[in-house]
Amino acid sequence: MLLIRCPYCEEERPELEFRNAGEAHIARSANISGESDDDFEKFFFIRSNPKGIIYERWRHMHGCARFFNAVRDTVTDKFIMTYKAGEPKPSKLPGVAK
Amino acid sequence: MSGAFRIPSAGRLKQAKTARFSFDGQSYAGIEGDTLASALLANGVHLVGRSFKYHRPRGILSAGAEEPNALVEIKRDAARKTPNVRATVQELYDGLAAQSQNRWPSLSFDVGAVNDLASPLFSAGFYYKTFMWPKAAWKSLYEPKIRAAAGLGVSPDQPDPDHYSSRYAHCDVLVLGGGAAGIAAALAAAETGVRVILADEQAEFGGSLRFETGARIDGQDGFAWAQAAIARLQGMDNVRVLSRTTAFGYYAQNFVGLVERISDHLSAPGHDLPRERLWQVRAKRVVLASGAIERHMVFADNDRPGIMLAGAARTYLNHYGVAVGKNVGVYTANDSAYAAAIDLKKAGVNVAAIVDLRDHPTGPVIDEARALGIEVNFGRAVIRAGGKLRVSSMTVQPKNGGGERTIPVDAILMSAGWTPSVHLFSQSRGKVAFNDETKRFVPGTYAQDCASVGACNGTDGLSATIDEAYAAGEKAAKDADAKTAKGNKPKVDASESWSRGMLGAAPGAGPDTTVKAFVDFQNDVTAKDIRQAVHEGMRSIEHVKRFTTNGMATDQGKTSNMHGLAIAAETLGKPIPEVGLTTFRAPYTPVTFGAIVSHARGPLFDPTRKTAIHRWAEAQGAVFEDVGQWKRAWYFPKAGDDMHAAVDRECVAVRKTAGLFDASTLGKIEVVGPDAAKFMELLYTNPWEKLEPGRCRYGIMLREDGFIYDDGVVGRLAPDRFHVTTTTGGAPRVMNHMEDYLQTEFPHLNVWLTSITEQWAVIAVQGPKSRDIIAPLVEGIDMSDEALPHMSVREGKICGVPTRLFRMSFTGERGFEVNVPADYGQAVWEALWAEGQKHGAAAYGTEAMHVLRAEKGYIIVGQDTDGTVTPNDAGLDWAVGKKKADFVGIRGMARPDLVAKGRKQLVGLKTKDPKVVLEEGAQIVEDPKQAIPMKMIGHVTSSYWSENCGRSIALALVAGGRDRMGDTLYVPMPNGVIEVEVSGMVFFDETGGRLNG
Ligand SMILES: [Zn+2]
Repeated sequence: MLLIRCPYCEEERPELEFRNAGEAHIARSANISGESDDDFEKFFFIRSNPKGIIYERWRHMHGCARFFNAVRDTVTDKFIMTYKAGEPKPSKLPGVAK
Repeated sequence: MSGAFRIPSAGRLKQAKTARFSFDGQSYAGIEGDTLASALLANGVHLVGRSFKYHRPRGILSAGAEEPNALVEIKRDAARKTPNVRATVQELYDGLAAQSQNRWPSLSFDVGAVNDLASPLFSAGFYYKTFMWPKAAWKSLYEPKIRAAAGLGVSPDQPDPDHYSSRYAHCDVLVLGGGAAGIAAALAAAETGVRVILADEQAEFGGSLRFETGARIDGQDGFAWAQAAIARLQGMDNVRVLSRTTAFGYYAQNFVGLVERISDHLSAPGHDLPRERLWQVRAKRVVLASGAIERHMVFADNDRPGIMLAGAARTYLNHYGVAVGKNVGVYTANDSAYAAAIDLKKAGVNVAAIVDLRDHPTGPVIDEARALGIEVNFGRAVIRAGGKLRVSSMTVQPKNGGGERTIPVDAILMSAGWTPSVHLFSQSRGKVAFNDETKRFVPGTYAQDCASVGACNGTDGLSATIDEAYAAGEKAAKDADAKTAKGNKPKVDASESWSRGMLGAAPGAGPDTTVKAFVDFQNDVTAKDIRQAVHEGMRSIEHVKRFTTNGMATDQGKTSNMHGLAIAAETLGKPIPEVGLTTFRAPYTPVTFGAIVSHARGPLFDPTRKTAIHRWAEAQGAVFEDVGQWKRAWYFPKAGDDMHAAVDRECVAVRKTAGLFDASTLGKIEVVGPDAAKFMELLYTNPWEKLEPGRCRYGIMLREDGFIYDDGVVGRLAPDRFHVTTTTGGAPRVMNHMEDYLQTEFPHLNVWLTSITEQWAVIAVQGPKSRDIIAPLVEGIDMSDEALPHMSVREGKICGVPTRLFRMSFTGERGFEVNVPADYGQAVWEALWAEGQKHGAAAYGTEAMHVLRAEKGYIIVGQDTDGTVTPNDAGLDWAVGKKKADFVGIRGMARPDLVAKGRKQLVGLKTKDPKVVLEEGAQIVEDPKQAIPMKMIGHVTSSYWSENCGRSIALALVAGGRDRMGDTLYVPMPNGVIEVEVSGMVFFDETGGRLNG
């Protein structure tokens, strides 16, 4: 069972309290009804499935109930960092070479 | 008295009490402290089972958890039957009853042993090749036959009467393995004051000190030192010592699963004792001290009972005081087997000969063996074992060929060397590294905060082990909770040292032979099978493993993996590390379902939710159905009623007078705030801004893809306050969906969401008399049609308690839904019930509710929709705000496929014979005479007998359904084709006049 740090509670809590909510940083267009079929396909259906670093959303379901973002390595399952919803995608990841 | 093979001068169980036990109905005596295996061996019993595939007679190979052969059924009573118990692990208790498995009619005469003669049929990949075709025969013929013929043990057929417990624990240092290394590490860590947990799978700590009589630590015999150290650790407040506890899984972030066996070793366990306890431990640091497992020699007929690991024979002698034979042979490629021969010889057992594959080994144990007068042969191989139910001889030949010599023996002790137990390390996602010099896989790159010490780390010799383990314990403590150590490192005064061994098949079982030289005993895999897998094209060790099933039995190949790998590498002509080791997976040893499930079974498996009115319904004799976690009153039978009679009566009563229905399980969410209407505009298809306070609207919620997600009536209580209802099952996901958009896409909106499902009990009163029933109890609400029209909501009081009174209908009749605080739910229900009795009202359940709404063509999301239905498909276009610029699903709904012609649309179906009720889920075709497979154009989503309509009614999703009104379609069923006519969805009161009736 993973330990996940909730950026709102500022605590590491067991995975049981959380629920994954899919890939992060996929913004819904403010003019969604004007989007082309291709753009809507990209927004709604296409997801990355990386071996390695993934940016994803989690919800502290049985805690503060907030949605937040996390960076996780899909190979090791290790959480590299978590941050609040709405914050920009981090450009530098602690402990990750690149 | 406790077996003819017990040696009075040997072992540590001398003072213990006798324990009587039975094996296959025969009574024996053992000693408390024995395992079932040691007690059987003390009585000269080696034959304990039949093998999986060939039904070959099998004995006891090991003295520990790695045992692949000695699997028995332990039976306490009819419900307590445990199959596949390793006799080498099961502790003896007075009255223990064990049965051998996988044999018929008896262990010594087993009909299934013809498989052994027919073994060419059962070669590697047999399952894949033989039973490819026909597919249907798998289910009816092959699988049951194979399971019956090749099964290992029989599952218990009654519910498990035992109970299990479960605990979470946190510690600074978790030490796994309680041999010399684990104890030293635990001492080092414990003396710093940090929280330590030390666990070992055995009943007694000490690991290999149980048999390694040459070890002396701090001036004491090694095993005695271990006991003293454990006593000291047990006396420390910061230490928890767990015996009989197996760490079976090492998960992310130092989370380790352990099972503690609490009562399986007791003669009469008290009912208050759990059988097992699951420990889920989160440790800051883990020290792995899991030791090493001895490998057998791979030679012809190496599976005969009486042939066992040398270290096991030594354990039986030095710990249990049992000689495994009277005239033993030894076959080895490493020094440790000499120690076994020496100990047995000194205990008075004849050692016929030591056969050593090595050409010129030297060392003190070899000198000592010779000095004791044991015949020692170098550069020779045992090419075959004689005997069937028990080994009777070993045939020896120079390893490069030459004259054979057969030596009579009643046991063969073998050792091909020791394999470091890297299972837990590997489970922690660490990467093993191959040491070419010692031919061992040892921990290489670590993925977690742990350290391996002693034999599992490839560290040889007791002194080096204690040094390494003590340092690792100190470091783990410091890393976990920086404090300084103040203890004393144990001092090793004497120890044994073993050199290496060999991997793979021994001479006489090489590629040019067809002998049965077993690599994996539990799955009956021979050296030949592994070579064959390579010849048939398997290149990766993972493929070889699956093709041959080597290492895939419940012992997970603890003794066989390295041999299998070496044979595959040799056949492939590649070095071992290039072929690679298979992945180790949890559990290390089998874990009972009971321990994992623990209390979460029966009524505690899932929470049960009951409404405030549940007890009233129960008292009325309601039959309940499960809807998600809810118990809902399904129907209320009167004496002699079957379900149909009850439902018909309830449906008629609602339309004739009135009915009361417990709608409390409806999901309810309060949407509050200055931007509440804006938020509702975005989350539902309907327009909300202009809905006046006091009015209600039927709302549809879509997902972004444009498909219906949920629906429900929403009341606007105030400009900034909406009372939203959802489907019973949909409440949590709707709440999550709303929160998701509010928090992440529309965070600028000033809105609060509150789940109020359990806060309000909901009593639906529906029917022509509904107002007459409610009105006398209501205060402060004008109940006239003008003041309270259909689809409106008022706040006031009923029976003196606050109510949110909705005028709405899910039946098509004049109707109300009375929301009251849940605590008053039953009282208000009873008051309404009493009023209702004056008018002849009935209580109705969910079944009647379903029929009544279907009569009106009202859909149920999740029944008439399935996640691929748009509002248009469901005939609900009227509920989509045409002028809206945005709502969730607006773009998805406009996708080309969702607006294309020919989509499945919801329509009504009337059977040509009104008495015939369609089956929900039944498929619909245009032409029943077409060839199979027919083209299916839709399916029935809802279907009932409607007493009010005097006929059956159904809803269905049919391709282009709304263009087929009046058409005849067909529903092919096993008993014939049913003719149906496509109709509108409203079957009763098409004009809707009864809403105000
Ligand atoms: Zn939180």
